[in-house]
Amino acid sequence: MTEENAVKKVIIFRLEAEEYGVEVSYVQSIERMQNFTRIPNAEKSVRGVINLRGVIIPIIDLRKKLSYEEVSYTEETRILILALEGNHAGLIVDAANDVMDIFESEIGAPPQAMSKEEQMYLKNVVKKENRVFTLLNVYAVAESLDTASV
Amino acid sequence: MSHTEYLDMFIEESQEHIQAINVHLLELEKQPEDETIIGEIFRSAHTMKGMAGTMGYDDLTNVTHALENVLDQMREKTRLADAETMDVLLEAADIAEEIVENIASGGDGKKDIQAITAKLLGKSTQSETALKTEKTKSVAMDWNEYDQAVIAQSVDSGMQAYTIQVVLEEHAMLKAARAYMVFEALEADGYVIKSVPEASDIEAERFDNEFTVAVVTAAAKEEVVSRIASISEIGEVLAEEIELGSKTENRESSEKPTVPVEKETSAPERKRADTNKTIRVNIDRLDKLMNLFEELVIDRGRLERISEEIRSSELTETVERMSRTTGSLQEIILHMRMVPVDQVFSRFPKMVRSLSRDLGKQIELEVIGAETELDRSIIDEIGDPLVHLIRNSIDHGIEMPEKRRQNGKPEEGHVELRAYHSGNHVYIEIEDDGGGIDRERVLKKAVENEVIAAEDADALTDYDIHQFIFSAGFSTVDKVTDLSGRGVGLDVVKNTFESLGGVISVHSEKGKGTKFSIQLPLTLSIIDVMLVDVGQEHYGLPLTSIVETASIKSDSIFYVHKRKMIDFRGNIIPVMFLEDVFEVPVAREWDRENYSVVVVHKGEKMAALVVDSFIGQQDVVLKSLGHYLRDVRAISGATILGDGNVALIVDTNALL
Repeated sequence: MTEENAVKKVIIFRLEAEEYGVEVSYVQSIERMQNFTRIPNAEKSVRGVINLRGVIIPIIDLRKKLSYEEVSYTEETRILILALEGNHAGLIVDAANDVMDIFESEIGAPPQAMSKEEQMYLKNVVKKENRVFTLLNVYAVAESLDTASV
Repeated sequence: MSHTEYLDMFIEESQEHIQAINVHLLELEKQPEDETIIGEIFRSAHTMKGMAGTMGYDDLTNVTHALENVLDQMREKTRLADAETMDVLLEAADIAEEIVENIASGGDGKKDIQAITAKLLGKSTQSETALKTEKTKSVAMDWNEYDQAVIAQSVDSGMQAYTIQVVLEEHAMLKAARAYMVFEALEADGYVIKSVPEASDIEAERFDNEFTVAVVTAAAKEEVVSRIASISEIGEVLAEEIELGSKTENRESSEKPTVPVEKETSAPERKRADTNKTIRVNIDRLDKLMNLFEELVIDRGRLERISEEIRSSELTETVERMSRTTGSLQEIILHMRMVPVDQVFSRFPKMVRSLSRDLGKQIELEVIGAETELDRSIIDEIGDPLVHLIRNSIDHGIEMPEKRRQNGKPEEGHVELRAYHSGNHVYIEIEDDGGGIDRERVLKKAVENEVIAAEDADALTDYDIHQFIFSAGFSTVDKVTDLSGRGVGLDVVKNTFESLGGVISVHSEKGKGTKFSIQLPLTLSIIDVMLVDVGQEHYGLPLTSIVETASIKSDSIFYVHKRKMIDFRGNIIPVMFLEDVFEVPVAREWDRENYSVVVVHKGEKMAALVVDSFIGQQDVVLKSLGHYLRDVRAISGATILGDGNVALIVDTNALL
């Protein structure tokens, strides 16, 4: 397989009206919103931790992290459980509804005109047919929990 | 078994042997005449040589071989265990260790060993001839001094030594395999000293139809013979007792087994009872077992809750019985993970020896309680900080011999390393009889580093001031030595112990000495907590840090420096509202008249934590919050409750 044909499988999720993507290889599962335990004095986007089959996983409100307005959770709200080299974190998103193959040629430059901090969390803009979405830098999001803690 | 598994085993065993060699060399230094110690060292070196040879690490093979030679000469008294020899031997052990470390970190185990082998050989060449003439011929084999010593010793301890000639059937197909089975049968309750041809040749099927082995065993001759004869394709088995007539000093012992019959049968049995049968288990498997058990503990909690709700006596009984069984199971599993602190301690005597030499000090290290056991995961972490503390005692604690003499102390300094077990904790103490901590210097430094304000200093006790040495950037020694005082301070040591749930403190008396005390939890994974409610949230407080629970009147709180305090049994202690500490959302419609408090302590400090109500005491599985939430203030982890919800475990030490 050449560079040009290299394909990535991504999960598409929604925040407000925008679409984002995460490589399938980072996602362990997609869960419905569930009870969580608040973590005091943690970084502001950390909603708390959940017990997922015996593993305690911090969950991050991605709206908060990416400076969207906070809304209450709905039936469609999902938690994307990430497994990054054995370390877990969950992302709360408005909805996750699609899996898509993308090609190297469809992956564009990083998005512009954003705050430096937010830019860090985003990798590339993907244009596929008539859809445009942003690939999330999941490592940056997850790692930010520790350094940014208050 | 894959190559890497062999490699892991090789590395682990080699490390154990090197440790054993070091320990025994130091013992030998004190009792240079003791042949059993030489024998022990020889055995370790020999095993390592064998393993290194099999794995193809030639340099290690050569070093251990040279080491063996020296030991042989020592046993034959052609070489003395003088200081020079001991130095060379210790150096050889160091080099062997370096090679193993190199292999462990992925290297090829190559090292320039010419210098050391030359040193080892140095004195040995002249005595080579003396070595040869001593050898005696025996039945079918040559016994060197070492073999003789092993045989004599085994006979002393009630074992028997035989030479066994094994003839295979003429058309035996699997010669090497049969030979292997013979070896295995013999090693069930004894061990093979040597064989003709050598074991490696037998393994490679480089023998005709027969071979001879010398074995020491606890079993009777007939039993050994019949056991071997029962292996298929074995033709003939001839066993003969080994007599060591030539050595007078062994005469007494070799007579023993020929005396009464009862002795022969009772001794082996006693021996068997003494030997602990052990197997090696990969730590990963134990971790898996532990994880599964943790799941079980969570389900147990759930079942207990359900049975309380349902109130069926049969169910309650069953659940209670299950709780008891899992309780015992928990103890067994925890114990399986326990290893003696000796694993860490055993490297210290040698370290102290070389450090004190470098510094020109005379120091005796006494190790007490090395058999005390701790969870493996804790053992793995405490090595470096302990090294630091011991170096600290040697470098800063113990004074130079002249100074000690002037102060009326014996020239030889004394450092005591103690471990003992008490309640749910293991305590490790390092005590020296050195100069002690200089209050004024520590104070000056603390003021310089803005740890405290100069005007507050007078109110502090010596004990309080001594604890400052654990703050960051603290080293009262102005001159940076090679040993300690390199900027990596005691604060790192303290942090390491605290991250393990431990507490460290220092007691010191000027001119008399210093004692570091470390309290460590027995295990990290299952802890006893008091569950409390704060608003809608549940928190667990480790039982080990709780002094007591109480109810206090709201008007008994008073203020000191704007801090809320209460008088608790004569002590003025701060009051903290957990709802404030953890910013718990609470909606109260009225002020409370009484507060439920949990009084916690850290060393001698205490505080009263205000909660809404107590839920009860429970064994819980401590889980981490994961890689991405490493440093949450005052939270040491979380646990899963019977209802599946998560409760946070409070790190009370961080609050004090």
